Amino acid sequence: MKPAKIKAENKRKQIILSFYKALKSFGATLPILIGVILLIGLFKIYVSSKLISSIFTGELFRDTLIGSMIGSISTGNPITSYIIGGELLKEGVSLFAVTAFIAAWVTVGLIQLPAEASILGKRFALMRNALSFLFSILVALATVLTLKVIP
Amino acid sequence: MILKKEKNTKRSSKNLYYSFFFLILVIILYGVLFFLKPDKIINSLYASWNIFVSIIPVLISVIFLMGISNYLLKPKKVSKYLGKTSGFKGWFLSALFGILSHGPAYVWYPLLKDLKEYGMRTGLVVVFLYNRAIKLPLLPIMIFYFGIYFVIVLCIYMIVASIFQGKIIEIIEDKHVRWRVKNV
Repeated sequence: MKPAKIKAENKRKQIILSFYKALKSFGATLPILIGVILLIGLFKIYVSSKLISSIFTGELFRDTLIGSMIGSISTGNPITSYIIGGELLKEGVSLFAVTAFIAAWVTVGLIQLPAEASILGKRFALMRNALSFLFSILVALATVLTLKVIP
Repeated sequence: MILKKEKNTKRSSKNLYYSFFFLILVIILYGVLFFLKPDKIINSLYASWNIFVSIIPVLISVIFLMGISNYLLKPKKVSKYLGKTSGFKGWFLSALFGILSHGPAYVWYPLLKDLKEYGMRTGLVVVFLYNRAIKLPLLPIMIFYFGIYFVIVLCIYMIVASIFQGKIIEIIEDKHVRWRVKNV
């Protein structure tokens, strides 16, 4: 066999092996992904935006914390968080709380936590989610205070 | 080397057991709730199915990206662009990839795990995941609800927060590794 042909054959084998590895690695995470998707399905049906807005109290700091907490346990497309956030603003919930809610919606994932812990490591997942929760409050404070300064 | 390989195999089989255990728990939860409110559970199953169908393109693209990265990216290359010595370039690239990535975060975990094993910095994994909060195609909707100034300020703070978070997690991890070396 010619060297060029051997090289091409090796390349083909390497490509097949790379995709086989990718499929195997992804397949190993499939049970947990299905579990998370099923949990999100439950969440979508059981938790409505009306239920979310009824939890806010009107107290600024407590509402920001509540916004962050609800954002952390909520999940789904970010558009949903914008729509709920917009509705919450209309109902008089503070921008601090709504911003914390939007920030935590994507950055903290309690429902996805089992998947994150299983794939990326328990310590990493716990630390990342705890810090994201804290940062969602800080980002909300910084954003709203900056907007108050901007004329 | 062999010991490390054995350890990895043990860890991955433990993770697989944990994954199946978690799935079984969720199925049991569905089973219990079905007896209480069967119509809600059927709707939840429909909702889950719709989510699954909607993420199929992302799942395929992630598997494709994993295959390509397995083929093209070697540990040396990963550590050059995303490793300990990657510097500003690494932070910038992972923030950019985080912003440009699509679909839910959990579909990206396997790819990130592979890249981490190739030498990607932990802080950069954090930056990638945090910046997924900024979705360019969704920004017009966000502007519609909250105004352009709000969106610009929020995005800037999100990027800054992601870097802070990445740095903090790296410091904690470093301390943990040093503590383990000292105590083992």
